[in-house]
Amino acid sequence: MADKLISKIPEGPLAEKWTNHKAHIKVVSPGNKRKMEVIVIGTGLGGASAAASLGELGYNVKVFCISDSPRRAHSIAAQGGINAAKNYQNDNDSIYRLFYDTIKGGDYRSREANVYRLAEVSNNIIDQCVAQGVPFAREYGGLLANRSFGGAQVSRTFYARGQTGQQLLLGAYAALNRQIAAGTVKSYPRYEMLDLVLIKGEAKGIIARNLCTGKIERFGAHAVVLATGGYGNTYFLSTNAMNSNGSAAMQAYRKGAYFANPCFAQIHPTCIPVHGEQQSKLTLMSESLRNDGRIWVPKKLEDVAKLRKGEIKPSMIAEEDRDYYLERRYPAFGNLVPRDVASRAAKERCDKGFGVNETGLAVFLDFRTAIERLGEDVIRARYGNLFQMYEKITNVNPYKEPMMIFPAIHYTMGGLWVDYNLQTTIPGLYAIGEANFSDHGGNRLGASALMQGLADGYFVLPYTIGDYLAGKFKEPKTDINAPEFEEAEKAVKDRLNKILSIKGKRSVDNIHKELGHIMWEYVGMARNEEGLKKAIQLIKDLKKEFWSNVYVAGDPNTFNQEVEKATRLADFLEIGELMAYDALNRRESCGGHFREEMQTEEGETKRDDANYMYVAAWEYKGDGVEPELHKEPLNYENIQVVTRNYKD
Amino acid sequence: MDKILKELTIKVWRQNGPKDKGHFETYKVHNISQGSSFLEMLDILNEQLIQEGIDPVAVEKGCKSSGPISFDHDCREGICGACSLYIDGRAHGPDDEVTTCQLHMRKFNEGDTITIEPWRSSGFPVIKDLVVDRGAFDKILQAGGYVSVNTGGVPDANAIAIPKPDADESMDAAACIGCGACVATCKNGSAMLFVAARVSSLALLPQGKVEAARRAKAMVAKMDELGFGACTNTRACEMECPKHITVNHIARLNREFLKAKFQD
Ligand SMILES: Cc1cc2nc3c(=O)[nH]c(=O)nc-3n(C[C@H](O)[C@H](O)[C@H](O)COP(=O)(O)OP(=O)(O)OC[C@H]3O[C@@H](n4cnc5c(N)ncnc54)[C@H](O)[C@@H]3O)c2cc1C
Ligand code: SF4
Ligand code: FES
Repeated sequence: MADKLISKIPEGPLAEKWTNHKAHIKVVSPGNKRKMEVIVIGTGLGGASAAASLGELGYNVKVFCISDSPRRAHSIAAQGGINAAKNYQNDNDSIYRLFYDTIKGGDYRSREANVYRLAEVSNNIIDQCVAQGVPFAREYGGLLANRSFGGAQVSRTFYARGQTGQQLLLGAYAALNRQIAAGTVKSYPRYEMLDLVLIKGEAKGIIARNLCTGKIERFGAHAVVLATGGYGNTYFLSTNAMNSNGSAAMQAYRKGAYFANPCFAQIHPTCIPVHGEQQSKLTLMSESLRNDGRIWVPKKLEDVAKLRKGEIKPSMIAEEDRDYYLERRYPAFGNLVPRDVASRAAKERCDKGFGVNETGLAVFLDFRTAIERLGEDVIRARYGNLFQMYEKITNVNPYKEPMMIFPAIHYTMGGLWVDYNLQTTIPGLYAIGEANFSDHGGNRLGASALMQGLADGYFVLPYTIGDYLAGKFKEPKTDINAPEFEEAEKAVKDRLNKILSIKGKRSVDNIHKELGHIMWEYVGMARNEEGLKKAIQLIKDLKKEFWSNVYVAGDPNTFNQEVEKATRLADFLEIGELMAYDALNRRESCGGHFREEMQTEEGETKRDDANYMYVAAWEYKGDGVEPELHKEPLNYENIQVVTRNYKD
Repeated sequence: MDKILKELTIKVWRQNGPKDKGHFETYKVHNISQGSSFLEMLDILNEQLIQEGIDPVAVEKGCKSSGPISFDHDCREGICGACSLYIDGRAHGPDDEVTTCQLHMRKFNEGDTITIEPWRSSGFPVIKDLVVDRGAFDKILQAGGYVSVNTGGVPDANAIAIPKPDADESMDAAACIGCGACVATCKNGSAMLFVAARVSSLALLPQGKVEAARRAKAMVAKMDELGFGACTNTRACEMECPKHITVNHIARLNREFLKAKFQD
């Protein structure tokens, strides 16, 4: 093992690791906290909760985000819910069961200790959010309501209508606002980090662009926390918000932080299908719909043909002519199998010609049975806003006709490699939320990203960062006039000027769309050796095209979204290539990563535990050079590693 | 199958920066699918304006432009509150209960002229083109839009039962996305609906009740200080709010505000 990959997993029995660890790590005295500065990049669930909690502890925090207000971070769009092991439903849930489901759902590619800790603090999150005034759904008795999500047989998901992410983020944002008012946190909206600054190998600050004026500015601190979200937009079309990007992680990677499991991307089974070339992003229909919706395609190809021609409506197809293929293939979990399984099953039906919609790239999600059983009012109360959203986009009333859905890129399990303290391989640089790789292995279960973001920000990082900062309180404030800042700023400006000076023939979006096509085709739902090698070459060529033929319009010294998109695309091109390298290396199928060479006769994923039970951590080796692979072996001491089975 | 709109005329407010006076420019766009969203139509227009920069000759005559149009957007799902356009004289355009990003071209017809302006309100200065500064909303919430609890040391989530109707009504108010359409629509430029949504959402819950009166007073004072106008009950805000926040919440805000006065 490379000496940098020390996971720092504490000794002792699984259930006591976190408690023991907390007892042994260092703390910073209140007086010294006041002297220390921490930079937090991002105000999603991870960043907002971390910045607020660090501020409450007394640190001086600077928090940055791209949007005009911290409240608009991408986390706001999460619909379905957040998991916790409360066992309020008395259905035999427990910390162990949540831990077990998460490891299994991740196809045995995540760390036991991290996941156990996540399950352990999950209950505190719900308590915290309720105390902040988050209006979770309640039963008539006044207590909290729950629903089920994929990959679980218990009901452990807390929700606030179809707007759970919004409500949790408004809770964290309110806590952040309280600290901003108290003066412990200073907020920098409409600022984009463009580079990380290291002094003597440790993270000491950032270079950022003021998005209103275009000015490049320097900010120093004792530590830097990246909470910058995932890189799903590498594919151009995804469910991520338009401004979601992977640039901050790439900046850290280029400065020496290892990037873990980049090829693990999640494809969500229930998104509104693409309508045409003008499409700018994809809209998710929450997984919670699979509680009451049944997924099917016609059994007969002639019905498919009639549907595509508009000769019949889906509701006219008789019950016996419908193939509820998830219920057929996975009787134990039915429509609630994990996302990767549901997505591949949809692809399988569409590949065989049973897909609906004009494109043949869609399946039905039908509420008829549930409406008959519960009535339209109950369904409206549960999913009203989702149904409204669907109708506004497609012009189809889902109370009358089934929804049409298709898989789309949704989440990235991969991210910056972090140890148990959430520290990257660069001392003083932390990564939390979707930006790190830590908890979801090869596939994330629904309602677990919100849990992880808030676990990291409220309950893990505020403790673990103290262990690092305790050794630093004698250090003076970081000097932003140090030569390292000078150099970093110059490099940022040079890179920007280079991009602006190309003045080629293709717009940023035009090149990004091409990258998206390459990624979806060769690094998408099914991958193989030949395709991945081809993808690497195509991306290399496209990178050249970008650096010689992109056109960035407008004035860089004002608010300019083309400049923002261009610098992000430069990084998406790097990420795409890295994802392809990782996918090529991992010659097994696991979770969201499906290598066609490695499947069972029934078309299920086939892992290769003997050769690939490790975290793949990639080290940057320079522009255009193949990155170097380091392996962190995964040890399962508390769980028996078996083949995932959602059939019985 | 969605119809294709062969030609539309787009009249857009262009303003190069906060100090620029600003003016309208007029463009044509072609072959827009009615299945596209309004912002996708703007993407297409922007791609066209970029092409114009690349190859000025190939562009249709009579189109003069200042490069692509800046407009705020992010989630494109009606939840982040970033998008903010005044379209044909209505905040978030001609459809009801949707944000601009959820507006679809089905609402428009062949040959239409569409006028697009930024939010116009003294509380929201223009940054560029259609992008405005809504930082004042953050400041209002910083004045008291929270429950004063620290991380950790809180009771079990089910320790307090909350009647479902209260929780539901609190959620109704909490659905506010902070877009600013209410302010842009109000002839007084008042932020009352936005403030009321937050005050009411918290006042309905036992956790938030403790500080309700103080919160109402602090947030209203901040709103006044930041130059937003007074509420004269025109109810225009309620009509244009994409999240169906009702003026009933303003009534609740007023009650809390009065309580605070009595306590003074
Ligand atoms: C449509 C949708 C629905 C979802 N529903 C669910 C759900 O029901 N349950 C669930 O558990 N998960 C859900 N997820 C996943 C979950 O929402 C995300 O994984 C999670 O919110 C990520 O939070 P985060 O804090 O890590 O990052 P984000 O919320 O993505 O925040 C990133 C922040 O970083 C900032 N930023 C990024 N780069 C820079 C830079 N260079 N400089 C400055 N700032 C920067 C951004 O401005 C932003 O503030 C959903 C995701 C999507 C797309
Ligand atoms: S009250 Fe309505 S219009 Fe006003 S900011 Fe909130 S969501 Fe927008
Ligand atoms: S872009 Fe998010 S609400 Fe419109």
